[in-house]
Parts: sequence; C-alpha cells; structure tokens
Amino acid sequence: MTETVLPTRAEKRKFAIDMRALSPFIALIVLIIAGALINPDFLTASNLLNVVTRSAFIAIIAVGATFVIAGGGLDLSVGSMAALIAGVMILTLNNLGGGDVGTLALGLLAAIALGAACGLANGLIVTFGRIEPFIVTLGTMGIFRSLVIWLAAGGTITMRNFELRELYRPVYFGSIFGIPYPIIAFLVVAAIGALILYRTSFGRHVVALGSNEDVARYSGVPIWRVRTLTYIIQGICVGIAVLVYVPRLGSATPTTGLLWELQAITAVVIGGTALKGGIGRVWGTVVGAVILELVANIMVLSNFVSEFLVGAVQGAIIIIAMLVQRSVHRGR
Amino acid sequence: MKATVLKFALAAGLMAGVATGATAQQKNVTIGVSIPAATHGWTGGVVYHAQETAKQLEKGYPGLKVIVKTSPDGASQANALDDLTSQKVDALVVLPFNSDELTNPLREIKKRGTLITIVDRGLKDPAIQDIYVAGNNPEFGRVAGKYFVDNLKQGNVVVFRGIPTVIDEERVTNFEKALEGSGVKVIDKQYANWNRDDAFKVMQDYLSKHPKIDAVWASDDDMALGVMEAIRQAKREDIKFVLGGAGMKDMIKKVMDGDKMIPADVSYPPSMISTAMGVTAAHFYTNAPMRGTYTLNAQLITKDNAKDHYFPNSPF
Repeated sequence: MTETVLPTRAEKRKFAIDMRALSPFIALIVLIIAGALINPDFLTASNLLNVVTRSAFIAIIAVGATFVIAGGGLDLSVGSMAALIAGVMILTLNNLGGGDVGTLALGLLAAIALGAACGLANGLIVTFGRIEPFIVTLGTMGIFRSLVIWLAAGGTITMRNFELRELYRPVYFGSIFGIPYPIIAFLVVAAIGALILYRTSFGRHVVALGSNEDVARYSGVPIWRVRTLTYIIQGICVGIAVLVYVPRLGSATPTTGLLWELQAITAVVIGGTALKGGIGRVWGTVVGAVILELVANIMVLSNFVSEFLVGAVQGAIIIIAMLVQRSVHRGR
Repeated sequence: MKATVLKFALAAGLMAGVATGATAQQKNVTIGVSIPAATHGWTGGVVYHAQETAKQLEKGYPGLKVIVKTSPDGASQANALDDLTSQKVDALVVLPFNSDELTNPLREIKKRGTLITIVDRGLKDPAIQDIYVAGNNPEFGRVAGKYFVDNLKQGNVVVFRGIPTVIDEERVTNFEKALEGSGVKVIDKQYANWNRDDAFKVMQDYLSKHPKIDAVWASDDDMALGVMEAIRQAKREDIKFVLGGAGMKDMIKKVMDGDKMIPADVSYPPSMISTAMGVTAAHFYTNAPMRGTYTLNAQLITKDNAKDHYFPNSPF
C-alpha cells in the first residue's frame, strides 16, 4: 500500500514545498496579530523576549524529536529524561562542591553525556529489541521519572552552592546584544539540526527510513545505525535543553518536565513534520515551539477567557492553526 | 476548639505511652500505614514524617509494630491495602490518592474489625472511618486572605491556583471571601498546577500584563519559588510580598531569616500523617476515647513561630 502512495506524494511535495514550509510562519504571524489585538502589552519587547526565551527548552528538545519522528520513530521519554538529567546534573554539581567555571563545565558535560546515554538506551532497545518505539519510550519514561523521584526522595534537588548558582544564572537570564542566551542556544541547535538533516547523507537516510523502511533497507541505508543515532541526537538535545533549564530555577523536582514530550511532539507536528515519518522540518519545529508558548501567553494576557476554560481555548487555537495551515497548502 | 481537643488527645496518648512503657505491660499491636509514594514535594514530606513517626511510636509503645507502605497511584494503593490486611493489621492509617476508589475496599476491611484512620481526604461514606484527621483547606484560604487584609490593607493582588480540584476550589473561594469588604482586590487568577515552572511563566505574564501588583498569593511554596525568580528577573519594585503555603523547609527558613519578600507562610503540614498515627496508636494503648474527626488548623507561620515548623531533615 505504501508503495502506491509514495510516488504521488513525492511529486506533490515538489509543488507544495514552499507553502508547506511557510505555513507555520504564517500561523505565527496570525497569532502575533491576534495577541496584539487582545492586549497591547503583548507586543512589548520584554513580553516577546520572555515568551521566546522560555520556549527554548521545548524548541531544543523538539529539534531532536524532529529527527526521531522524521525517521518514523517516537520518543515519549524526553520529559522524564530532562528531569533525570537535571537532577543528576545538580547532584553532580553539589558533590563537586566548587563554585568555579571548571566545576560547572564538568556538570554540563555530565548532563550531555547522560542525555546521549539515555538516547542510546532508547535507540538500542528499539532497534535490537525490535519493539515499538511507543512502548519502549513509554517504559523508559517511567524509569527515568522514578529515578529522579528516588534521587530527590520525593522532594526537591536544589543547587546548594550559592556562588555557582549566581555564576550559572546568566545562562538563562543573561543576554548578548539584547538577545537572551537561551534564544541563541536554540537558534544554534536548530541551525546545526537543519544542516545535519538537509545537507548530510545521514539526514537523507533518516528521511528515507521514515518514508519507507523496506525501500531504505534495499537501498543500502544502515537502518539500525541511523535509527539509533536519531535517538542519541534526541538525548543530546534533551541534555542541551537541561543546560538552559537548570539555571532558571536552580532545582529539579519530580514534576520537572512533566508533559514536555507531548509539547515537543506537538511543536514538531505544528512545524510541518509528518507524524508518520518521511518529512522533517527543523525550522518549522522551532516555530511550532514558539507558537505553543505564545498561545499560553496570550491566554494569560487576555481578560475574557475564564481560567477554567484556558485549556479548551488553547486546544482550539492549536487545531485551528493546523486547519489554516492545511487549507493554505491545499489551496495551491 | 477542635485543635485543643486534638492537643489534649495527643498529650494523653503520649503520656499513656510512656506510662505503659514503664509498667512493661506487653501487648502486640500492628498498624498498617498506606500513603502515596513521594511523587511531589508534599507527599515526599508525608513519607518522611510517616517513617519517622513509625520509629518513634515503636520505641514509645512496646509491642507495637508499624508497617509503612507507599504506592505510586490509586490502583496500586488498593493492592497495597490487600497486602497490609493479609499481614493481620489491627488498624490501618490511610492517606488515599482518591477517596472514591478506596471507599469500597476499605469497607470490606472494616468488616473484619480493623480500625480505620483516614487522613486528609475523607471517604465517600464517612461511617467507615473511625478516626479522620484532616487539613483544613477552607481555613487555609481564609488565613491567607486575612493576612492580606491585615498586612496589605489595600492594593492589587494576583492569585495562583493549583490543579483544578476540590482542595484548590475551597482554598480560593475562601481566600476571596476573606477579602470581601476590604481594599484588597484580586486582579487576576490563573492555574499553575502547583508547579514551579508553570508559576514562573504565569508570573512573567502577570508582570507584562499588570503595571502595578502589590502582592502575590502564590498559595503554595513551590509556586512561590517560581514567582520569586520571575520577579527577580523583571526587577519590579512594586510587589511588597509573596505568600506561599504548605510549609516547605526552604520557605520556612526564609521566614525565619526575616526575608522581606517572604514574611509569612500558611501551614498545611505533611506531618498530619504523624498526628493520625499517634492518635491511632493511642487508641490501643490508652483508655481515652480516640474515635472522631480531628481538623488541623491552617496556621499562619511568621518569624515568631517559624522554628516550630522547620524540619531541616525532611525532603520537603
């Protein structure tokens, strides 16, 4: 069945590629206009910078998710993984005890390494265990979450060294030329992600794998290696997101990163990546993450939505945004 | 009034415990304690206090055995109750995840003559519980509201709600009731799910939206910490104080140290499990009547009494 569908889609894609890639940006602009109409405070630089800055974690995680999903996989464990990495990183920093840059660098390295290791575990179980990624990552989601609860004994893991906390704090709150570091971080991650996905043979292998695994295998794509690598990239992205997350509140709790996996997947899909794989759009993903955060921001800034209905209106806006996108590229 | 009864009961229980200890009248009693696993700060505190109290009670009452079991969700708690009753417990102290789910299993257990103590979340059928120890959510909101009326007198307040539950609803409506007729006005309310990150985001948005905020009712210590970080980032000087709730040790420490932004806190102590366990143990070792409902006060914690609420070893 997939064989008959594939050729037509490939042809269509050539036509629609510009509109499809553009539509998340159009949705973003529409949302910004709506926000400005609802509350003039929305367009202040400080508000917009706040919103884009705090979308950084989801955006960075979602760049990784773009690889996994474009390759036909799924990773539900990212939220728990973020909590675990944050917890382990803070405990590492506390145990090292110093307040200098060297200590911080070791902690950051530990975070990235743990992220890669978690991703590797997911990837190996999916490929060698031949189990559905949904089930594998649902399992690791529970494992990672329980581990962080266990490490925290149900409480909070907090950075104890005050100097280190102050040294690290600017990574979230600081800025260069008026652009906060987290924004720079996710732009860099997205740029590297786009480079890998669009300009390397690995990137093309990921997309090939996602659109048709059998064809990819017969064409000589090293399926297992490519698939495992997508999960490792996802893990590293979660690690990077944690590097930006920890300086914000300096702590990890058992509720850290709750439901981030759903937000990341939503960002990826809003951005135009197909949930069934075969298409990956890194920049769309980043815009998707910003859109999600903007919708939440507009809800708080608006005066006419009761706090009881915020969730419903948010859900409706996301669905409408997707419908608008769909109609945009269907009309062409 | 109820609090006085409670204090008396506890004192009687403890004295009796010491007395029986001295006369070494051996009596074997097993108490099973079923509580939620430490999945967030407050339940982490519950687990800590349950384990500490189990040790103290076993020391104080010879022949007493206390088994503490934690469960990650409602369904496994029902299984844990089965496990506990198969070990022939004389009493069960239960802090239910969801009181509806546990009502029927507990009714069955009670039929076998087990004493049932319920903590925090009452059962659908109150006839099942012999002893009920509860925090006071309406009072929690009222005490907080009164603090704003007394200390702010007038001004604009933003409110953080928790997760949409009865607990949250009772707290918020009574908070607003306490403000009625005063100059203190609630200018905004949003859910932040008792979560630090969510509270940080909502506070950032409040700060963009409202040019003048006089004080913040974060209604929870976790949320208060997120709020503080957002205020610090915005460098806003108009906010006079932030009132949290529950009694997390970091926040109590701030109150103790005289932090200007955190002048007070409202207690909703996870140690209420200790109260319940103490009363239950006393039921077996004293002749004093223990059956009944104990409602704990939501106390205002200020610099003067903060040290009574400070447990540096607790995870919460």
